[in-house]
This record gives sequence, structure tokens and C-alpha cells, in this order.
Amino acid sequence: MERQPIVSLKEVTKRFDDVVAVDSLSLDIYQGEFLTLLGPSGCGKTTVLRLIAGFETLTSGEIYMNGARLNGTPPNKRNVNTVFQSYALFPHMNVFDNIAFGLRMKKCEEGLVRRQVGEALEIVKMSGLENRMPHQLSGGQQQRVAMARAIVNKPQVLLLDEPLSALDYRLRQEMEIELKRIHRQLGITFVFVTHDQEEAISMSDRIAVMNRGAIEQVGTPIEIYEEPENMFVARFVGEINVFDGVVREVNNGGATVEIQGRLFPVQNRKNLGPGRAVKVLLRPEDIQVAIEGEWTEGEPYLAGSVEEVIYKGKTVDLVVRLDNKESINVTQFFNEDQENVIYREGQRVHVNWLYGWEVVLPS
Amino acid sequence: MSRVFRWVYLGLIYAFLYVPIAVLVVYSFNSSKYSTNWQGFTLKWYGQLVSDSPLREAFVNSLVIAFASSVCATILGTLAAFAFYRYRFVGRKVLYTFIYIVMMSPDIVMGISLLMFFVTLGLATGALTLLIAHITFCLPFVVVTVYSRISGLDRSIIDVAKDLGANEMQVFRHVVMPLLMPAIIAGWLLSFTLSLDDVVVSFFTTGPSFDILPLRIYSMVRLGIKPEINALSTVMFALSLVTVTVAHLVTKEKT
Ligand SMILES: Nc1ncnc2c1ncn2[C@@H]1O[C@H](COP(=O)(O)OP(=O)(O)OP(=O)(O)O)[C@@H](O)[C@H]1O
Ligand SMILES: [Mg+2]
Repeated sequence: MERQPIVSLKEVTKRFDDVVAVDSLSLDIYQGEFLTLLGPSGCGKTTVLRLIAGFETLTSGEIYMNGARLNGTPPNKRNVNTVFQSYALFPHMNVFDNIAFGLRMKKCEEGLVRRQVGEALEIVKMSGLENRMPHQLSGGQQQRVAMARAIVNKPQVLLLDEPLSALDYRLRQEMEIELKRIHRQLGITFVFVTHDQEEAISMSDRIAVMNRGAIEQVGTPIEIYEEPENMFVARFVGEINVFDGVVREVNNGGATVEIQGRLFPVQNRKNLGPGRAVKVLLRPEDIQVAIEGEWTEGEPYLAGSVEEVIYKGKTVDLVVRLDNKESINVTQFFNEDQENVIYREGQRVHVNWLYGWEVVLPS
Repeated sequence: MSRVFRWVYLGLIYAFLYVPIAVLVVYSFNSSKYSTNWQGFTLKWYGQLVSDSPLREAFVNSLVIAFASSVCATILGTLAAFAFYRYRFVGRKVLYTFIYIVMMSPDIVMGISLLMFFVTLGLATGALTLLIAHITFCLPFVVVTVYSRISGLDRSIIDVAKDLGANEMQVFRHVVMPLLMPAIIAGWLLSFTLSLDDVVVSFFTTGPSFDILPLRIYSMVRLGIKPEINALSTVMFALSLVTVTVAHLVTKEKT
């Protein structure tokens, strides 16, 4: 099945006076996917949503929906609905009337309204609360009503602006699962905004990492996490260790990089030539540690001493101070056949990693 | 000890505020023609009020003007407040300050300036000029009352309504209006009472052909306070008591 983009942003720019909120951004959003816009505060995520919904006018560029140009179409004429961060339920209407609002604006016949509101309430598991006023609902319930109010209109695309950020941790996890279920159940496109990388990774089909109004990388959560294309993405999505190095030798598909005076074999996906200064990136869980003297083979390693040991049940996190004074974070998983790994502070250790687990970026 | 003091203090303040009115109400039922001593209960002053036809006419005129001007001021003022909220335009702040200036300016200044305005236009003073004048001084009160509520509204509520398919008109009717209703009613009642008891501006802006109650009372009092005046004042006090109570109930409900 060939997937068509349902929404296409082409070189979209939005300027507020002297602030460039969105800077020549292009992005294709596909039918049925769960796409997350991830980025730090102020990077333009909300503005992108507001441009798609039609609340802001483009400074330049184009937005297409189902192949038709959308520039200038007002929000009430777009087949898109938004769930706002503040929920923004109508305070003078009960739950039923809130959800029925969109259908009534379209002059739907009242019997149909009742049926569809009932269905929407069922999807968000709020049946029976039709007559409550918004101020009689908990935060999580308000969130569900806001969802129901949007999905009852059967939009092709649902835009969600940090819908979970006002909820406490437990409720947020519960709602993450609910959101995924609703997404599967409805089969419509979700464009979700968050600045929480864990939320993005656990929920999305694809993630677009944004920075300063532009997209740094688009990809599946695994691609974003395992193969960040630049330092911004690498640093923003999870913890990472960075080693400075220089390419010494290139062979087919691989290279040898000198780090702190030692030579490490690495993959060379970006075809960097000899002499090139590079950064070698490693997630804490991709680094191997051994107590000094345990490694017998002549593998390259960096030496250091354990500075901090934090047991976390399933894992142990170490802070290792390398001999060149840089410190790195290492996460070790416990497994059955290796249960007596006990690290002490001050212990001398060697660290390295398996060939191919590193990411090499030009400096 | 301090609690007793608090009650005494409070009692004194309320006595200061309400004893004169209470005296007036009591004397309106006094059968003596001279208001100084009590000679038994009567309703005859109220009876005389009803049979005094110029007074009745002035009363009706006052009600008509108060109703018409408060309705006009409420409609215009609500739309103005909505515009101040919804649209960002150059000079918005300055214009809003001007609203306050009109509200604060002394009645006498307003009265004279309006009179000069009407004279310049060549309008004969009468019902129409009086109506215009009353709308003018009621308008700022409505704008301020409604604006103070509208500015507390979450802007994303309007966005949501549009997002759900409402056009500008539907947003106003189904979302903004219902939420503003208490403030609109309060503004209207305030205008109604302001118009009903205005003397100074009315004095300058109405003509001999169109008498209204406060002016009528004013001219009657110049010949000495008669018991009918007490009765009339009591009626007016009751009227404002009702409006104030209603306004209070309406604004307190669903906030
Ligand atoms: N209406 C506006 N007028 C002026 N500047 C604005 C307006 N809306 C947004 N901006 C600016 O545009 C930039 C992007 O804002 P935006 O709200 O899109 O960020 P965001 O990524 O959603 O941030 P957050 O995570 O904090 O919600 C910011 O610098 C912001 O100050
Ligand atoms: Mg935002």
C-alpha cells in the first residue's frame, strides 16, 4: 500500500514581528500515523500546530491537505481538530453539550448528535458523566472530555498540543496508553506535541525533532535514539557520552578513530576521510565496563576509576572518571550469569564498546 | 471585648448609612402633614402620588428613558468591550482610557458639553437629546463591567469554538454571550438605575416639553418637602433595592 501524505508542509515560515517561530520547515505527515513534534520550549511546536489548524497565517510557504492548498482557509473550514493544552472546555456547558458543540455547529440532526456523543464518550470511557459541568471533573476527566469533543467530529487529523503535561506522573502514564488505544481504534492521523523525549519515544510511529523553528531529524523512535544525525538530536533525546576523536585510517565501511591516544575501530556511515575531527557518541547502556585486569585480549579501551555507583534495581548506573579527567555515564544491566558484579567507588576500570554500537559525527 | 467593639463599629457604620433612609420610609406612612411628629399610619400620600397626573407622567417618562437608554448602552457597550478584547488595534489602550475619562468626568461638565453639542447641531432639547445624553453617560459603565469579565476569559476557548466549526457569529452567540451574560445584565441594571436618578445631566439636556421624575422632584422640593415626596422617594428606593439585589444575584450565580 502506497502511503500518501495527508498533510504536507512546504518551506513553511512564520514570523512574529522580529521572532522567527518557524523557519522554512518542510514535513510530510502520513495517513494514520502517530507523529510527534519533539523539541525544547520555544522551538515552535505550538506554532506549527496552529498553522496546520489555521489559527495563524503563514509568513511564507505552503500547507497542503489531501493535495489541496490550505493557505487562508479558516480553522472552521478545515477537517482538523485540536486538543489544547489547557483543555479549554466551555465552562457554561455540561459534558454532553461540550462534546456535541462541533456537531451542532454543523447542524447535525439531534438524534445523530446523541448517538455520536454517546460513542465518543464510550471511546474515552466517560459514559455516564454527560451531565457533569467541567468544574466538577478531575484533570484527567477534563482531558478525556477535550479528546471526545475533538474526535466526535471525525477529523482526518487530530492535533494534540502537550495534552498530558498538566497531569501528574501516574495519570500521564495511564493516559499515554489510552491515547495509543484511541489512536489505534480510530485509525486517524495524530500529530502530537511534547517536549518530553520519553513520552515521544514510547508513543510515536515517527518523531520530528525540532530546534529553533526547524526540523533537525525525522524518523522512527529507534532511528532517532540509535542513529541521531547531529549533536542536537543526540543530546536532546536521552543521555549520551561524547568522545572527541580524529579519523586515522579508512577501510571499506569502517574507520579507525583515535580517542585519547588509543585507536578504536568504528563504522563509517558518513564516509569521513582521514584527518577529520569527529565526535564518537555512545549511550550509557552501550558502554561495557570491566574491572582492571579482567580483559585479556588486546582490545582497545579507556581507563578510569569509578566515581559514583547508583543501584537502580534492574540496572546499576556508574559515573566513571576517565584518566583524562572527563567523566562518562555507564548503565550496566544485571543478568543471571553475571550476578556478582559489584563496583566500589574508587575502583579502577576499563571501558569500551562493541564495534558498530557507536555513532560517529563530524565535529 | 474586641468582638463587641467590632459589632458596635459595624452597627454605627450601617446606622450612618441607613438611618436617614429609614426615617424617610417611616415618615412616608405618617398621617401628619408636617414631617416632625408621628400621628398614625396612613397610605394616603401614596394615593396622592397615583392621582398626581404630571408626576405620573414624569415617572413614566423616566422609566421609558431609563429602559431605552440602558438597552442601547448595553448593546453598544457589550460590542465595544468585545472589540477591545478580540482585536488588537493601534490606540486600543488610549481608547480604553478615554472610556474611564468619560466615566470620571463630573456630571456638570458632561451636562454642559452635551448641551453645547446639541445646540451646535441645532437639535431642540427634549426626549431625543435626553436619550442620547443618558446613553452617553451609561455606556462607559457597561464597557467596563463587561470588559472586566471578558478579559478573564481563556482565549483558547474562542479558538476551540472556531476549531470545532463555529464561525465568528456562532462563537459570539454560543460561547462569548452566555459567558458574559451576568456581566451584561449587571451593566444593564447599573445603567438603568444611573439613568433613573440622574439630575444634573438631565437638567441640561431635556426641554420643558419632556419632564422626568428626578427633575420633577427637584422642582417640588424647592417649595418645601411634602409627604408625597417621602412616599415617592420610598418607591424609588424600593425600585433600586430590587435592581441591586437582582444584579447581585445574577453576577454571583455561575462564575
Ligand atoms: N502570538 C505570538 N506573538 C509573538 N511571538 C510569538 C507568538 N506565539 C509564539 N511566539 C514566539 O514564537 C516562538 C515559538 O513559540 P511556540 O509557542 O511555537 O513554542 P513551543 O515550541 O510550543 O514552546 P513550548 O514548549 O514552551 O510550548 C517563541 O519564541 C514565542 O515567543
Ligand atoms: Mg507550546
